[in-house]
Amino acid sequence: MKIAVTAGSPELEAEVDRRFGRCRHFIIIDPETMQFEALESTGPSAASGAGISTAQMIIGKGVGAVLTGNCGPNAYQALSAAGIKVITGVSGKIAAAVKDYQAGEFKAADQPNVDAHSGMNTKTD
Amino acid sequence: MIISIASGKGGTGKTLVATSLALSLKDRERVQLLDCDVEEPNSHIFLKPVFNDSQAACIPVPEVDDEKCTLCGKCAEVCAYNAIAVLPQQVLVYANLCHGCGACSYLCPQKAIAEVERQVGVVERGQSNGIDFVHGKLNVGEAMAPPIIRKVKQHTNKGGIVIIDVPPGTSCPVVEAVKGSDFCLLVTEPTPFGLNDLVLAVEMVKGLKIACGVVLNRAGSGDDIVLDYCRAEGIPVLLTIPLDTDIARMYSRGTALVEGLPRWRKSFNSLFDKITEIVNERNRCPER
Repeated sequence: MKIAVTAGSPELEAEVDRRFGRCRHFIIIDPETMQFEALESTGPSAASGAGISTAQMIIGKGVGAVLTGNCGPNAYQALSAAGIKVITGVSGKIAAAVKDYQAGEFKAADQPNVDAHSGMNTKTD
Repeated sequence: MIISIASGKGGTGKTLVATSLALSLKDRERVQLLDCDVEEPNSHIFLKPVFNDSQAACIPVPEVDDEKCTLCGKCAEVCAYNAIAVLPQQVLVYANLCHGCGACSYLCPQKAIAEVERQVGVVERGQSNGIDFVHGKLNVGEAMAPPIIRKVKQHTNKGGIVIIDVPPGTSCPVVEAVKGSDFCLLVTEPTPFGLNDLVLAVEMVKGLKIACGVVLNRAGSGDDIVLDYCRAEGIPVLLTIPLDTDIARMYSRGTALVEGLPRWRKSFNSLFDKITEIVNERNRCPER
């Protein structure tokens, strides 16, 4: 089943982004074939509820899990309600993270790992 | 005549000016004070009103009838605040993001959304020595002040003098409190921070096309930075209050300036006369 990964830029060679709601790029990928598409999110320009609108976009892609650095309470609630596994604390190259996921290295989070608006104050390289 | 008292920087003396102005004018005209700093109202500390009315302040939030909902997604599409999310099997409402605009309920094709009142604070009314007093108190943990500010302003007297104690800053709550007033008095202090925020406040008031003037509080050192700016922008400095330990001591005890030092009544009456002159002049020549 496809998964979504937060991305610093729209490439498989990019790094996993620390943010979810305010992240600009996502990689939607099939871990078995490594076939992927890059998705651009409107989260960064949302006045409010970026986690919610981003979650809805990701849910609409029919993924089974999300790999991200952080995930706030509103996004977590929406993703969980839709039955999507949220895996936080992911970092490094996207391709490597996807391989680790496929190998069963990750455990799904049972709660958000940051407060609301955390991504707005996150510096990224 | 509606006079709002704003500042930009917090702690410059808005409430000091608002309460003193109200107390100085109450014997010559009917005066009402609206404390719109609903996150931290403090005018009541100085005016000590006897409250006789308290009403819950609510905003409408959506409640979805799952029997009627077809998960079409229209509500999520129209919500400007992402307060409602339509998922494959359910609709999630994020009540604390909802601004109560009513669009989702209005546009739902199945009429599946009802509006439920959610209390966000309270509006209290009372009397203080002949001054009509109204203030709003936003519940702790709530993020949106403008709905309560609107409810407070619904009680604006028609006729007489209305003084609005405005929250600090220049964003949504301030705009909501200031808009519709005939004059905006900007209270500042002669410091770089004070001046920086005064400049932002002037920009905001000009954007609202409301006449303004400055009260320079805690004056005595560094005044020139403010005076030079006001002169360059053509903004009148209508009152100067010195940095004075007696005034500060009095204030910290909850005593209004004109009650502790009655000689200041004359200055606040003059302040009002100057404001009236400016407003009348503006009404005569509206293109300025």
